[in-house]
Amino acid sequence: MNLVTVSGPPSSGKTSVILKTLAALDKRSVKPAVVKFDCLYTDDDLLYEKAGIPVKKGLSGSLCPDHYFVSNIEAVVDWGLDSEYDLLISESAGLCNRCSPYIKGIKAVCVIDNLSGINTPKKIGPMLKTADIIVITKGDIVSQAEREVFASRVQAVNPRAVILNVNGLTGQGCYELSTLLYDEGNHITSLKGMELRFSMPSALCSYCLGEKRIGESYQMGNVRKIDLKESVSNDT
Amino acid sequence: MIHRPLGLLLEEHPYVDTFLKENNIPVEGNQERSINDIIGGMSAETAEEFAFEIESLEQNLNLFITQMKEFLNEGADEVSSITIYPGTDKSGAPEGFDRLELKTGQIISIVGPTGSGKSRLLADIEWVAQKDTPTNRTIFVNDDIPESKWRFSISDKLVAQLSQNMNFVMDLSVEEFVRLHAESRMLEDIDTVVTHIIEKGNDLAGEKFQPDTPITSLSGGQSRALMIADTAVLSRSPVILIDEIENAGIDRKRALDLLLSEDKIVLMATHDPVLALLGDKRLVIQNGGIAKVIETTEEERSILVELEVLDARTNHLRNLLRNGERLHENR
Repeated sequence: MNLVTVSGPPSSGKTSVILKTLAALDKRSVKPAVVKFDCLYTDDDLLYEKAGIPVKKGLSGSLCPDHYFVSNIEAVVDWGLDSEYDLLISESAGLCNRCSPYIKGIKAVCVIDNLSGINTPKKIGPMLKTADIIVITKGDIVSQAEREVFASRVQAVNPRAVILNVNGLTGQGCYELSTLLYDEGNHITSLKGMELRFSMPSALCSYCLGEKRIGESYQMGNVRKIDLKESVSNDT
Repeated sequence: MIHRPLGLLLEEHPYVDTFLKENNIPVEGNQERSINDIIGGMSAETAEEFAFEIESLEQNLNLFITQMKEFLNEGADEVSSITIYPGTDKSGAPEGFDRLELKTGQIISIVGPTGSGKSRLLADIEWVAQKDTPTNRTIFVNDDIPESKWRFSISDKLVAQLSQNMNFVMDLSVEEFVRLHAESRMLEDIDTVVTHIIEKGNDLAGEKFQPDTPITSLSGGQSRALMIADTAVLSRSPVILIDEIENAGIDRKRALDLLLSEDKIVLMATHDPVLALLGDKRLVIQNGGIAKVIETTEEERSILVELEVLDARTNHLRNLLRNGERLHENR
């Protein structure tokens, strides 16, 4: 089984792109399945079901969704292996724009959209910087110039990645993406011994543990303070 | 590279500026320091927050410089033709042509119902299909097997698109916007190019706009005019797909002339007879394939002349209305 991790900011078009891409793989008789990780709510699983794709969903609730992802990905992979799927795609929203659920040696796809603004590439951390394939969506509604500028900024942040423009509505580019996703020679049998590409955010303070009160005396653990003295331009 | 002081690095490779900016590495006040010094001097927390890893940064920088060097050296690498060899439609039936050569300076119309396979055709060209897409088409560039850069290099895309749904979304003035695009192309004489594009855009637009007009407040016609002028001059893509151009607020014929004068291959998806008949030929797309290729006949060209008279009359009446005048017959 191939494992592919897909992530990207909320509403960037991950689900549409995955659905259209899997439809393109259908002709190659590749048996896919999807695991959708989200925070509080998702009904994207219904979209996958409607398309006849086996799907599991995991909601992290009050936990950090990426921590939740790492703690569960192994079980999910075992499920995929037991069910004898050819391609398992994990889909998760990078909610704080920093993290990435990418694993060394496992293909990583980042989906971002042209509408998110020209400065987005530098705001997104490892999720964009360490991806193997970057899919840029919603190119049909911004000007050609904006598409070109956006893509060149993405390239500056991650020159190693293959960058594809994909239209999640018409599916233009999805067939091409599908050829890059599935690889007969890339099967895994377990995640044992594998590592994340980048560390998750360190967050262990009193608020992680349920504290609600505001004030210095309630703050314990890993707490950092905003520097209000420094000039704004240094604080990006 | 990462041990070279930034000042020196930027002198040798000015484009590294973009790399530094996008990677949140401050240049100001750091001329004497190298990337290694800057990252090394950061607290572990800051470095982790921005996901700075000196090894991957070094790899990325070297790769970026290589890519930019290739990009800048490629001026001579012009595309003069795209050739399409047939595949099959959705039912597996062969397409209705043997070999289709699209040359720069040509307008080719695309007709056929929505969902008939227009996107697939463009995707095939963009991906320089080699019998490895659902249609089994083969695409040649300059009558030869294409290099893989056409498929993967982000700065060498074969197709640029202009469609009716497109809007500007950036918070910039016309001038800032065109400048940004020109900068991303690493041009030498940016000021001249910017002035040229704004002039050309105004040339096409029914109502004039100023360099300091915010792009988001341009009218539909003005936006389209600026997009066409900008794409004609600044986009490196040799093929331009135009998905309908509205008949208001923009001089469509001049827009096409501008694209052709910049040696583009213009593909135009339209059912407007005035535009469709401007093409040298039209591709009829049905059921996912090109069912036939029709050369525009003399008879059709004479119909076009008739239509253009009508078109001019409509435009004239529209302008009268816009200027608050009354309409009269035969005027």
